[in-house]
Amino acid sequence: MNEHTVKAFDEDITRLRGLIAEMGGLAELSIHEALDAMVKGDEELAKKVVKRDKKIDALESEVDKLAVRVIALRAPMADDLREVIAALKIAGVVERIGDYSKNIAKRVGEIEGRSRFEPLTLLPAMGEIASEMVHDVLTAYAARDPALAREVIAADEKVDAFYNSIFRNVVSYMVENPATISSAAQLLFVARNIERIGDHATNVAEMVHFAATGTYPPDEDG
Amino acid sequence: MSGERPPPFSSIALAVAGALVIGIASGQWWLAIGVLTVWIGSLLLTSSQPPNLTRTEPSDVLSSASMGELIEYSGTPILVTENSRISAANRAARKLLGSHVIDQDMRVALRHPKAIQLLESRKSGFTRIKGLSRRRDVWRLNKQVLSNGISVVELLNQTAEVDISRAHTDFVANASHELRTPLASIIGYVETMLDERDALPDEMRAKFLGTILAEGKRLQNLVSDLMSLSRIEAEKHEQPQEMVVFDTLVSRAARDAAGVDRSERLKMDLAEGISISGDERQLEQLVRNLVDNALKYGAADGEVVISLQSNDNEEAELVVRDSGDGIPPEHIPHLTRRFYRTDPGRSRASGGTGLGLAIVKHIVERHRGRLDISSQLGQGTNISVRIPLLETADN
Repeated sequence: MNEHTVKAFDEDITRLRGLIAEMGGLAELSIHEALDAMVKGDEELAKKVVKRDKKIDALESEVDKLAVRVIALRAPMADDLREVIAALKIAGVVERIGDYSKNIAKRVGEIEGRSRFEPLTLLPAMGEIASEMVHDVLTAYAARDPALAREVIAADEKVDAFYNSIFRNVVSYMVENPATISSAAQLLFVARNIERIGDHATNVAEMVHFAATGTYPPDEDG
Repeated sequence: MSGERPPPFSSIALAVAGALVIGIASGQWWLAIGVLTVWIGSLLLTSSQPPNLTRTEPSDVLSSASMGELIEYSGTPILVTENSRISAANRAARKLLGSHVIDQDMRVALRHPKAIQLLESRKSGFTRIKGLSRRRDVWRLNKQVLSNGISVVELLNQTAEVDISRAHTDFVANASHELRTPLASIIGYVETMLDERDALPDEMRAKFLGTILAEGKRLQNLVSDLMSLSRIEAEKHEQPQEMVVFDTLVSRAARDAAGVDRSERLKMDLAEGISISGDERQLEQLVRNLVDNALKYGAADGEVVISLQSNDNEEAELVVRDSGDGIPPEHIPHLTRRFYRTDPGRSRASGGTGLGLAIVKHIVERHRGRLDISSQLGQGTNISVRIPLLETADN
């Protein structure tokens, strides 16, 4: 990006990007730890994840304030405006991703008989793809790399496929083991949350693409 | 400027005297005044040159630009941050984090919460983070605070160390698993035989004893394979120096591996007089393992071709070829890993330990040789071992 005549504007944009990256780092770690806690039944770790969400929320409101101030004081144009708007929207989405991780962490205590509960072994692979998407989309944002953003959008299909297969798996498991229905139902919500994380990463990828090129990526399907 | 020298009075006095002499001698006082002006003027000009070279500002040394040049070609990724911005990143760091990070907020480059915590503190320190650029890598960040809000962050990749310790744990876990499986069936059968001492028909008893014997032998093989593997690994840095006549060794070891009942399946084509420097026992083991594998996993009564030649690169080339089902290509890169099996059931049933090719690989490496495995599904597998020939006196 070219330098601006008003140095302070450059500083504001840099700070904005720094804040988004910080939020993203926290959200990434939260996904990992939430799934770790879910698989191992580590409630301490789950509590840490829940607590971390407050920090993500605080950062989001900081981004909001800064973005509004930049628009009000500097009246940015063209790619600068896109940058600020994208930051504003991305912050909202990353905050949602943090919420989903928190949601997963909150369900850690609800799963019973963890060691004999087979469907649990399906989750980490799905979670790994979703968290990789979040990781890549944040890298794409940092590098303003539309190609990487398109890759992230393509990866969402894998998460969706995983979700469908986990859904079928868990439902058939419920039929065979009615005693575990409440735990299995919780697991369905967890899988759903991971699937939503993937969708949100896709949304961020679209915004990154928009901020970098001014157009939305081709053949998006919502 | 503070370090100014006093005017050169003695030189000025000399100039005045010289001008007086010119004035008196020539009587042209204008000329004398002119000479005097030029003389004193040039004296003053040269003396006002700042002589104080020692007085460079020491704080200028720490500009981030000069540091950028200093670190550019280091193999370790290094970042220079100035008031939470990245002002310089060397080549390795740009490769790792992307060249976009320069002039960005440092959080853009390292967004892991632990990294941010380290970077935001005003003190030097270090932290370890997981998943910096890829999911499983582990990096150690060293931060050193210099003056003027400049800090240097060094990134050290520790993935390999973590991998090695994981490989060790994996090995121990695998080995214990492999040792426990035969033991479990031995104990199971013996318990049954003790419980049903009278009720057990003789043929059943014989079958049980046969299984116990087979499992016991498997355990024995496994322990001796583990021992030879660790011995070879311990010696792997010293190249063996004994002179070995490789062709006689190959034919002896191959017959040994085949035993009486399988030896007619061997077809040997060995060039004579091939000597290498090596460890005789280990080379025998290498040939035995390769031939035994080929006989075991090749077609049930297909022949196994063993050929030994010296090639143009001054190497002895041993090729063992079977005509079995072949090995699917996705397995080939992993074949020399310990306990790796393409078909676990079949390998165990035939008494394999999962260590044979790992041992072969280590022996070949110790002899500074090369191991190549190629296979075509449905046609068979080709394993070639190349070991440098002994340098003879006549060439």
